[in-house]
Amino acid sequence: MLRTSDPIVRDVGALCAAAVVVGLSFGAIATAAGLPLSQIVVMSAFVYAGGAQFLAVGLVSAGGTALAIILAGLLLNARHLPFGLAIGNETLGDARWRRVVGSHILTDESVAFALAQEDPVRRRRAYWMTGVALFLTWNVASTLGAIIGSTLGDPDRYGIDAAFPAALLALTLPSLKDAAAVRVAVAGAAVALATTPFLPAGLPVLLALLGLVFALPVPRSSGRTDAAKETS
Amino acid sequence: MSWIVIVVLAAGTYALRFAGPVLRSRITVSPAVGRYLTLAAIALLAALIGTAALLDGTSFVGVARPAGVVVGAVLAWRKLPFVVVVVAAALTAALLRLAGIQ
Repeated sequence: MLRTSDPIVRDVGALCAAAVVVGLSFGAIATAAGLPLSQIVVMSAFVYAGGAQFLAVGLVSAGGTALAIILAGLLLNARHLPFGLAIGNETLGDARWRRVVGSHILTDESVAFALAQEDPVRRRRAYWMTGVALFLTWNVASTLGAIIGSTLGDPDRYGIDAAFPAALLALTLPSLKDAAAVRVAVAGAAVALATTPFLPAGLPVLLALLGLVFALPVPRSSGRTDAAKETS
Repeated sequence: MSWIVIVVLAAGTYALRFAGPVLRSRITVSPAVGRYLTLAAIALLAALIGTAALLDGTSFVGVARPAGVVVGAVLAWRKLPFVVVVVAAALTAALLRLAGIQ
C-alpha cells in the first residue's frame, strides 16, 4: 500500500513502459540484422547500454569492422565515467557488492533520477530502483523483441523518442537551482548541438563538459576594469 | 557480430561505469569539487537532452519530437507529475505524426 503510493515507483514505472517499446524494437532490429538470440541476450545483459547497442547493430548492418564497432560503442559510453564520478559510492552504497552491481546499472536515467533527489537516502533509493527496474525491463523486452519481433512497431509512432528527452529534462530541472547550473547546462547543450554534425557519436556529449567553465567564479567587474586601466 | 566485439564492448563499458565511483572514493572531494562533479553531470544530461530532442543522427529530426519535448518541458516547469510530463511528451509527438506532421 505504501509502496504503490510512492511517487518514485510510479515515475520509474512510466520510464519502464517507454523502455519496453524501445527494448522490443532493439530485439527485433538486432534479429533483422542477423544477430542470433544468444548474442542479443548477452549484449543486453552485459553491455546494457541502449545507444551503444543500437549503434553496434547499425554498424554491423553497414559492414563496420570489429574495431570500429568497439571504439564507437566505448566512445558513446565514455560519459558513464563522469556520471559515476558525480554520484559516487554515497549513491551506490559502501558494501562491495553494491559497488560492483551498482556500477553496472548506471544509465543516463538512473543518474538523472538520483540527482533529482534532495537527500542521500532518497538519492540511493531512487538510483537503485531506477537502475534495477530499467535493467530488468530492458533485458526482458529486448529478448521478447528478438523472439516475437517488435509487435508494437516503430517506437517513434508512440512518441517514445520525445518521452526520453522530456523525462531527462523533468529530472534535471530541479538541479538547475542557481545561475551557474543554468549557464553550464545551456552551454553544454549548445556545444553538443554545434559539434554533433562534425564529430563521431558520443564525443559531442563529452565536449559539453567544456560548459563547466561557465561555473567558474566570475572575477569582480571592478577588479577587471582596474586591471584594464593599468595595462592601457 | 563476432563474440569478441560483444565481450570487449561489455568489459570496456563496465570499466567506464566502475571507474567513476572508484576514482571518487580515492580522492578527497571538497564541497567545491563535489559541486563541479555534479555540474559536470548536469552538463552531460543537458547535452543528451538537447541532442536527443533536436537531432536524428546529425540532422534536424523534424517538428514532432521537439514539440513533444517542449510540451513536456512546460509541464515539468509547472511542476506537474513526472508521469504526466512523459505521457504528454509522447502523446504530442505521436498525435502530430498521426496528423502527418513529422
